[in-house]
Amino acid sequence: MGSITLRNVRKAFGDIEVIPGVDLDIQDGEFVVFVGPSGCGKSTLLRLIAGLEDVSGGQIMIDGQDVTEHAPARRGLAMVFQSYALYPHMSVRKNITFPLKMSRMDQDEQNRRVEHAAKILNLTDYLDRKPGQLSGGQRQRVAIGRAIVREPSAFLFDEPLSNLDAALRVGMRVEISELHKKLATTMIYVTHDQVEAMTMADKIVVLRAGRVEQVGSPLELYRSPANRFVAGFIGSPNMNFLEGKAAAGHGAHAIGVRPEHFRMSLTEGAFAGTVGVAEHLGSDTFLHVDLDDGTHIIARAEGEFAARHGDRVWLTPEEGRIYRFDAEGLAI
Amino acid sequence: MATRQTQSLARLMRAPAIILLLIWMLVPLAMTLYYSFLNYNLLNPAGTSWAGWFNYSYFYTDPAFFDAVRNTLVLVLGVLTITVVLGTAIAMLIDKPIFGQGIVRILIISPFFVMPPVAALIWKNMIMHPSYGVFADLAKFFGQAPIDWFAQYPLTSIIIIVAWQWLPFATLILLTALQSLDGEQMEAAEMDGAGPVSRFIHLTLPHLSRAMTVVILIQTIFLLGIYAEILVTTNGGPGNASTNLTYLIYRAARLNFDIGGAAAGGIIAVILANFVAIFLMRAVGRNLD
Repeated sequence: MGSITLRNVRKAFGDIEVIPGVDLDIQDGEFVVFVGPSGCGKSTLLRLIAGLEDVSGGQIMIDGQDVTEHAPARRGLAMVFQSYALYPHMSVRKNITFPLKMSRMDQDEQNRRVEHAAKILNLTDYLDRKPGQLSGGQRQRVAIGRAIVREPSAFLFDEPLSNLDAALRVGMRVEISELHKKLATTMIYVTHDQVEAMTMADKIVVLRAGRVEQVGSPLELYRSPANRFVAGFIGSPNMNFLEGKAAAGHGAHAIGVRPEHFRMSLTEGAFAGTVGVAEHLGSDTFLHVDLDDGTHIIARAEGEFAARHGDRVWLTPEEGRIYRFDAEGLAI
Repeated sequence: MATRQTQSLARLMRAPAIILLLIWMLVPLAMTLYYSFLNYNLLNPAGTSWAGWFNYSYFYTDPAFFDAVRNTLVLVLGVLTITVVLGTAIAMLIDKPIFGQGIVRILIISPFFVMPPVAALIWKNMIMHPSYGVFADLAKFFGQAPIDWFAQYPLTSIIIIVAWQWLPFATLILLTALQSLDGEQMEAAEMDGAGPVSRFIHLTLPHLSRAMTVVILIQTIFLLGIYAEILVTTNGGPGNASTNLTYLIYRAARLNFDIGGAAAGGIIAVILANFVAIFLMRAVGRNLD
């Protein structure tokens, strides 16, 4: 149905090698998220799978069939673009039926599928509007509708939520997750937002400079990051890194502690420092602490914690929650 | 422009420009209207007298008049068709990145910089001339008899020359429109299974419709007044075969020295141009918001 396999896929633009070689197995029905900082090649990798870019080397297989040389339309994939890429002069209905019209499907079946997609996506009232008359979230749903009517073997999402405002983004995140449960189709989702990755993915692929840094379920990556980059990228706020004497005490070049794994005290603890900014959210308290050796640390306390700008605080990492890294940044 | 004072000040400041523009337009129009009701011939200026509607009926019953109207329309439509179709094709070609793109684009735009009489003379003497034109050489090379373009196909020849001059304008406008076409839309259509032809019909053409409207409207304004190309090539002939309205008016005024008749022709031309404009705005103007 929708298993995708990449074998040593490479991509170079002229002399610049963007993806030096990626191997990846995506099972049928999985929700896979490609995550990484800007320019890490995650969108390029998605476009290679879609067929919008030619590979410079390697193989792409869908359901065991080599599709490396196939045109995008023949791969049976559907893509949702960052800009939605709706056809501005066509009504919502025509936008959604466009792929069906191109495959010369008979009219009754076209109508049936559009009505069905519109119902799933709450678009029934908007079918005769033009994209220009819709809000960002509605356009997003039309783009998804255009993808699902084709009943593809896999969906590709290229940063689909980055043009939406924060509240809408949370809503659409849930809707896409629900859609995945409902359709049980393979989905590949590209984002630079690690919160989206953590909340939606069955499997996260962390990319840096075109290389796969680590593949695993969200909690696997959270609990046992393979290296300092993954450790720093997954989790919000980012993991704190301490080097020098503090790290040497644990027999490592650097140690990492997540903000939520510090115990705070106004009287005693492992590391002493001064509070720079204190963010009191009610449910959590975030302290930005400058340690005495100059390291900047963000620590989180659950609930309320009475500390203000300029206060002295002591931070103690929880036992067993200290990540140790060697000089190359690999986890020990 | 919030307060009443700034509004009236703005009106005051605008007034000179608007008044000047009005004078500039209204005085010639009014004088033309006035002359069109006079028996006014430069060969006998002393005999000027009131003519009533005579100039109009005389111009209207001139056997050349309907030929001229037909030729004007054929000329405008022919040039529009060629420039829009070829302009779209060339714009799509030079939109693709190629070696020497800058030079190619300048070459394609350059006909626009050649003034009309010069362009027409070049075409007449170097390209379409039956004995030493390029077309004649080509015909001879293939063993055909050379075509005497201006004698055999006078109106077609003028359409070709004018289309050559206006092609850069259409190409340029359409090229900028093409460049504003969203690349992701094209890719989405590719994913949706649309081939190159379907993508052109369903995406490129609708996207270009607005630019095409601009090309058609602007070109029509200028094409209704084509004159220099006819003057230096066919002189409106043979017979009336390449006489358009503008040239007919020229003939009345400068060859027959009949100012009254020419003025009446001018007024008729203005009215016809307005008909064309209304028709065009109905047909393609809705593409503009």
